[in-house]
This record gives sequence, structure tokens and C-alpha cells, in this order.
Amino acid sequence: MTAGLNLFEQQARNRRLTVAWMALFILFFGWLGFGGDLAMYLAAAARTEGQVPYRFPWIGVVVTTIAAITAWVSWRKGPQQVLWSTGAREVQAPQSFEEKQLVNVVEEMAVATGLPKPKVYVIDDPDPNAFATGRDPQSACICATTGLLAILNREELQAVVAHEMGHVRNFDVRLMTLIAALVGVIVVLSNGMGRLLRGGGGRGLGGLLGGRERKASGPLLLAALVVFVLWVITLILAPFISRIMAMAVSRDREYLADATGAELTRNPAALASALQKIETHEAPTTHIKEGAAHLCIADPLGRDVNSKEGRLADLLATHPPMAMRITRLKGMAFQQLKAAGQLPTA
Amino acid sequence: MGTILFLVVVVALILWLVSAYNGLVALKNQTVNAWKQIDVQLKRRHDLIPNLVNTVKGSMNFEKDTLDAVVSARSRAMQSGAAGGVNVKETAAAETALTGALGKLFVVMERYPDLKSSQNVRDLQEELSSTENKIAFARQFYNDTATNYNTRQQQFPTNLVAGLAKAEIAELWEIEDKAERAVPTVDLSLQKPQG
Repeated sequence: MTAGLNLFEQQARNRRLTVAWMALFILFFGWLGFGGDLAMYLAAAARTEGQVPYRFPWIGVVVTTIAAITAWVSWRKGPQQVLWSTGAREVQAPQSFEEKQLVNVVEEMAVATGLPKPKVYVIDDPDPNAFATGRDPQSACICATTGLLAILNREELQAVVAHEMGHVRNFDVRLMTLIAALVGVIVVLSNGMGRLLRGGGGRGLGGLLGGRERKASGPLLLAALVVFVLWVITLILAPFISRIMAMAVSRDREYLADATGAELTRNPAALASALQKIETHEAPTTHIKEGAAHLCIADPLGRDVNSKEGRLADLLATHPPMAMRITRLKGMAFQQLKAAGQLPTA
Repeated sequence: MGTILFLVVVVALILWLVSAYNGLVALKNQTVNAWKQIDVQLKRRHDLIPNLVNTVKGSMNFEKDTLDAVVSARSRAMQSGAAGGVNVKETAAAETALTGALGKLFVVMERYPDLKSSQNVRDLQEELSSTENKIAFARQFYNDTATNYNTRQQQFPTNLVAGLAKAEIAELWEIEDKAERAVPTVDLSLQKPQG
């Protein structure tokens, strides 16, 4: 269990996990690009002796080029798109006391992390929620709903903003924007290549793989078929698998941001009570669509799966169960009191 | 073979030396910068106080002592800041006294309902308590950065380069008095009316 770990150990553990996930993502991506080439190469090698005619990995190169361009565009435009899709407006001159307080609290957290102050956005939505996005601390944006500003007191708002600032400082915003871009690319590729296989491209591939016209050597052809079938299966499952991977990263990041937030304010109890308030006000945040759900402090879609534990919930939820998060934070608050010697001796 | 090995060791040593030296210089600059950030917030507080005092003066004729305490604590704090501002202990003591005086003023203000309901006062109070928080967080950040710097220059083998990089132990901004530390916990959360 991780509940006994202190803040810094939790951060280190979560960072290691993220690196592992990213490596897996890249491997997966590489397989998607060059696996097809491998099948083609093996098939070509099976049909001919000596010189193999299939020398240039064109599937891999084309896929990588398309992927790189698409990913780059959504990497540059991702944060603005997220903000635009939620209908958030930037707070430049605060209109109300609540907005002024939000701006102040964001400034406080920027001071606490020693980072530039992120841009502050507000969504007019009665459901309490908040998220952070951006590519790096310089371009980061922190966004809160008016519902959040209405129900939290200053300390709790500070705790939530600290959680979001944790996402910024730990470069979660970068990771999440990157993952969103990658998942988007995989979905696009999977759709496009599926169409290609079904259409004319499929015949070309089939012809190469079939290779009846000459004496094909058995084991190589078999290997080509196996690789090809595996590749097609991955292509079909890719969007689903990549989403699951993104969700797993997102869940880990929530725990880490809770820990960082507590480290910044030195007040884990305030975040626990803020989460409790958000939990009891739970209703779908109508302005936040699925695309931004994994960024929020609490699941804006109010899906049941996020409050459950177990294998299935572990796969499908974008957020860890709220009860677990609150328990961990209360554990930190307890340890803090114990360290300060302020606990009543039983 | 022996010459190559020797060269490899020398190059590795030089590389380490450069990175250790640069690491220390970077940390030193971070520490100086973190201290400047506290300064920015302290100045902001000094600027805000006259506004607050002028706003509440009329309604708080009876609390002249409290107001005077704030004003004199402010001028003392400004003097110690203007003196050169590198003496951490002196600045810390003066600013902590100012925090205490402000805390007392806020407590007294709670007794004046018309003051509390005034939008102007509420804005000023939010501004000041935010600045108080920023000072606290800037101090926290400074202490973390300075501790990091201090640890690095004392650790082996970086301590061998510490003299070369002119690294000196940075003083932490500590709050000595337990009672003074407790003052800012006055309820300034400005909770909104329930409903």
C-alpha cells in the first residue's frame, strides 16, 4: 500500500510510473507504424530468394509523418481547444469578489511554487469543478467553475488551486496535453488505416501476403501472417487501449497532484474538505465535455465508474475513487499533526 | 591503453567539476531570486497598509493604539528593508512584528459590523490577507530553495567545489516566537454567508 508513504516518496513513485507508461505508449506507437512493414517484409522474403524486394518501410514512414504532424498540431492547439470547448472566459479584470479571490489564490500558489502566474479562467456553471491545462508552466491555465467559487471557503479554494498548481508544477499539464494529442492521433490512424485495408489498399496487401504465384517458404510466410494478424488486431483495438492507458496515467496524476497540493499549502485537511464538498454537490458539469474530463479535479461527467474500486473501475475511470483520495489526505493531515505533536494522547 | 584510461578519467573529472560548479551557481541564483520574491510581497504589504489605515481610521477612533502599532511596525519594517535588505534575521523580526500588529487590527475590526460590511474594507482585507499568504508562501519557497542550496554545498563531493563557486550557507527565514507564529491564524477566511 502507498498510504504510508510521505509526500516526496509518493511523488517519486508516481513519476516512475508515468515514465513507464510513456515508454509503453511509444512502443505501442512504433508497433502500430512499423508492424505492418514487418509483415510486408516477411511476406516478401517468403516469396523470393536472395534480394528482398520490400526494402523501404513505407507504412511506418507514412504513419510516422502523419502522426507527427497531427500530434504537433493538437499539441500546439490542444489547450486553447480545451478552453474553447468548455466555454471558459479569461479573468483579466475581476468582476466580482469571488473572482478577485480566485485570482489572488492563484497568485499565492504561483508564489508558493516559484512559477509564473498561470492565466485564470472561469466557466459559468453551477457544478463545482476545476482543471488546469497548458504545455508548460509558462503557458499554463487554471480554470474553475462559478459553482466551485460559490461553495468553497478561502482555504478550500486555495487547496483546490494548489492541487491544480501541482498539475502545473509536476508537468502534468504537459503530459496530459501530450497524451491527448497521442490518443487523438492513434484514433485517427486506426480509423484511416482501417478504411485503407477495407478498400484498395487491402487488396495490395493481400496480394503481397498471399504470394501464391511463386514457391513461398513456409515458416516465413507463417510468421508474416502472424505478424499481420496481430497488427490488424492492434489497429482495431488501438483507440480503446490508448484511452485506457491515458486514463491510468490520469488517475496516478490525481493522487500526485493531491500530494503536491498538500505540500504547497501544508494543509491537507482543507483539500479533503473541499473534495468532500465537491463530492456532495456531484452533478454533471454540463459545460465540460468528455475531451476535458481527465483534466478536472473531480469527474465532471458524474460517471459511476469513478466512485468504484476494483479491476473494471481501475481500467475505465479517469479519477481515483473520491473516498480513497479523501482518506489519503486525512492520513497526511493526521501525520502532520502527529509530527507537530498536536495530537491528544490517548 | 594506460594513457587512454588516464585521459578518460581526466575528462570525466573535468565534466563533473563543471557540472558541480554550475549546479551550485544555479542554486545560489535561485536562492537570491527566491529572496527577492519575498521582498516584492513585503513591499506590496507596505504599500497596502496606508490604504487600510486611512479607510478604517474614521470608524475606529477608539482603537488608536492598535492603528498606531500597525503604522509604527510598518515604518520599522520599511527601514530594515531599506538598510540593505541582506540581513535575514533583522528583516524577519521586523516583518513578523508587522504581521502581529496587522493580526491584532483584524481582530479588532471584527468588532465593528459596519466596517465588516463595507465592500471597500472587504476588498482591502482580502488584498491584505492574500499578501500575507503570499509572504508566507514566498518564505516557504525561499526556505526550501535555501535548504536545497545549503544541503548541496555541504554534501560530499560537491563540498569540494563549494569554495571555488563562492558558495555560502544561506540563512533561513525562521519564525522564532511560537506566539507570533500563532497570530496570523485569526479567521480571515472571509466566509460567504451560507445559503
